[in-house]
Amino acid sequence: MIARLSIGHRLTVLLAGVAALLSLLSWWMVSELARQAAARSQDNVLAASATTIAETIRSEQGEVRLELPYSALSMLGAISEDRVFYKVVAGERVLTGYEDLPVPTDGPAGARVAFETGQYSGEAIRMASVRRTVLAGAGPVPVVVTVAQTLSGVDAVSGQLSRLAAALSLAFFVVAVGLSVFAARASLRPLNAFAQAVSRRGPTDLRPLRRDAPPELAPLRGALNRLMERLGQSIRRSEDFIAEAAHRVRTPLATVRTQAEIALRSAESEEARQRLRRIIRAVDESSRSAGQLLDHATVAYRAEDLARDRIDLGELVAQAAAALEPTATMKDIAFRIRAMPACVVGDAVLLESALGNVLDNAVKYSPDETNVYITVTAEEGVARITVTDEGPGLGDGPTETLTERFRRGGNIEGVVGSGLGLTIAADVLAAHGGRLDLRNADEGGGACVTLVLPAA
Amino acid sequence: MRDACLAGGLKRGLRRGLTVGLGLCLSVWATLAAALEVEDRRIFPGTTDRTLSIVSTADLEVFEPYILRFQQRRPDLTVDYTVASSVELYRGIRDGAEFDLAISSAMDLQLKLANDGHAQSHRSDRTDALPDWARWRDLIFAFTAEPAVVVLSSRALDGAPPPATRQELITLLRDNPERFRNAIGTYDVRDSGLGFLFATQEARSTDAYWRLSEVMGRLAPELYCCSGQMVDDVISGRLSLAYNVLGSYAADRMAQEGRADIQIVQMQDFANLMLRTAIIPATARETGAARAMLDMLLELGMREADGAWPLPPLSQGTAGFGPIRLGPALMVYLDPLNRRAFLAEWENALEQEAAQAP
Repeated sequence: MIARLSIGHRLTVLLAGVAALLSLLSWWMVSELARQAAARSQDNVLAASATTIAETIRSEQGEVRLELPYSALSMLGAISEDRVFYKVVAGERVLTGYEDLPVPTDGPAGARVAFETGQYSGEAIRMASVRRTVLAGAGPVPVVVTVAQTLSGVDAVSGQLSRLAAALSLAFFVVAVGLSVFAARASLRPLNAFAQAVSRRGPTDLRPLRRDAPPELAPLRGALNRLMERLGQSIRRSEDFIAEAAHRVRTPLATVRTQAEIALRSAESEEARQRLRRIIRAVDESSRSAGQLLDHATVAYRAEDLARDRIDLGELVAQAAAALEPTATMKDIAFRIRAMPACVVGDAVLLESALGNVLDNAVKYSPDETNVYITVTAEEGVARITVTDEGPGLGDGPTETLTERFRRGGNIEGVVGSGLGLTIAADVLAAHGGRLDLRNADEGGGACVTLVLPAA
Repeated sequence: MRDACLAGGLKRGLRRGLTVGLGLCLSVWATLAAALEVEDRRIFPGTTDRTLSIVSTADLEVFEPYILRFQQRRPDLTVDYTVASSVELYRGIRDGAEFDLAISSAMDLQLKLANDGHAQSHRSDRTDALPDWARWRDLIFAFTAEPAVVVLSSRALDGAPPPATRQELITLLRDNPERFRNAIGTYDVRDSGLGFLFATQEARSTDAYWRLSEVMGRLAPELYCCSGQMVDDVISGRLSLAYNVLGSYAADRMAQEGRADIQIVQMQDFANLMLRTAIIPATARETGAARAMLDMLLELGMREADGAWPLPPLSQGTAGFGPIRLGPALMVYLDPLNRRAFLAEWENALEQEAAQAP
């Protein structure tokens, strides 16, 4: 059970348990001390009372005489409202007082006062006896004065103090629980901060953790860093492999395309030309996919150690549009650019690749003789490049999944594509601390893709 | 207040009847341990047979309004009211007489009953509201505060201002022995529980007490069991001065008689303030009714205005020298040795003529 509790809870419960134990212990100690102090002060007054009576004992004409001083009983009445009993015995004879009052079993000797707790008249009593020897008649007569008092005063005082101690112990316990919670949180703070530092990282951020950690967390940090290093190596190997593979595929494909074009020009029959055109298109498609795979690998590689250049988005858009101008012209598609001055800090190669993919998509899905609008804005620290086309839009499915790898939209019949374009763009933006917004344009039903970046 | 006499025959000439009376009483107590000598008794019938039995030192006519008020609230209860002297009441309860409520003016005897385990504890809002000096533990509760006063006939003063202190009173008695010979009344402390309480407390508080007793003793004082009879005799002219009379009762009687020639004087050097107390005896059966009655008495005791009640409220308790303190110290003079010594001294002072007489 306790193994499933969070460390914070376990710490709190353990500390609170210790506090409860200490509270109980302190309550018991204070109560016990209070009881002893009250009992001792009662003993003192009882002894004083018995002594006061004993001091009045004298011998008169061979008889033992005494008078009960007023103060002997009034001092007992002053400390509590307890019942008072007394007895004076000379030799074997009870001189005065309560004849059946018990006396301490080991009676007083010399100047020592004997105390004992007993029962009388249905209540617990505390007795004090003093002894005096007086010369009366034939010889010395021992006179024992016993004064007794019920214990309700002592019980009341010690009960009151015990309740006070209980209240204080409870308050102490409550404070201690509060402090336990605080202590548990404080000692777990480095761990939480560590966890947050790990979870705040982007999906591709595999740099080793460099933050300071308490010695207890150093092994965890070491293990985590080694794991990330292995993971990073593994990813880099596969990216390298993809880049290598794409590169190796593209070069022969270019050769195939050139050869096919030459063949097309010299082909005689319409059937052969058709076939060659299909070959050229397939080669284009494969080359494009390989290019995008290469892009993707580049993004993954460069995002690890991002360049931090100052980039003018207007220029970036102009370059990207220029690069796609030939393809667009073939479909009679015009780029309409409206750019506010905006700058970001980042990797120019990656951002160009991201914007290129987005524009490529726009051109690809736009019908002939339409416009693609590109707007650059910068406000409140956020720079936006919005690409709006007049195509069929993004369909009705969830737009978030469109940026997954090899995922393509639901309304793309007859259009070739790899499903990597938006993934690349999204990865680039994420690496720059931005995001890719996908939605359908408000009017005309085209797609509206926004590259959101923190402005420089 | 009219504290009931130990025996009717002890009104005057106590010196003669004392031995016989006490001997008689002792033999009665010996044979009937739980029985007590009843001064007066009346049953106030209620609608049921359930009976609240009260033993008290207060006279029937004094306490009747309280019983009637109680029966207005609890008409179902029959009240059996017994009047006895404070000493009788003490011995009766001590020996196990069955009463539901015991009311006495002798605080020391009441306290001894409570201390010795003859009282039941009682706690209610009323008892909680009582000042600390008006109760001891949850056993004994005061519901009146009544001062001791001197009642003087103006005739005896002969135009002189009334004495304000014991010293002035001593001077008055010394200078005018002819006016006061055989005309001073005071408690017979051997017989009256309240008288003994007053005397012991006064002896403890002021040394003038013994000098005054000496002076009074030379003037052949009359000894009484009860305040009421002392005041009656001042009114009738038999006495010129009554010393240590319950002031509330004296004022009550003066108001009834309308006598301007009799003065009530409170001593300025020291004045006893007696608390009339009630306990619920351990033998009580109708404890519920007893608690209700006790609470009603405490409610009346805590009243602010004097009202039309025969007994004064507790509010006087804080005035002057304060009330006699309820506590085990009260038992000091009840100790047989102390009592014997005190009575011997008292007799020496008060009974000089008897000692001189053959």
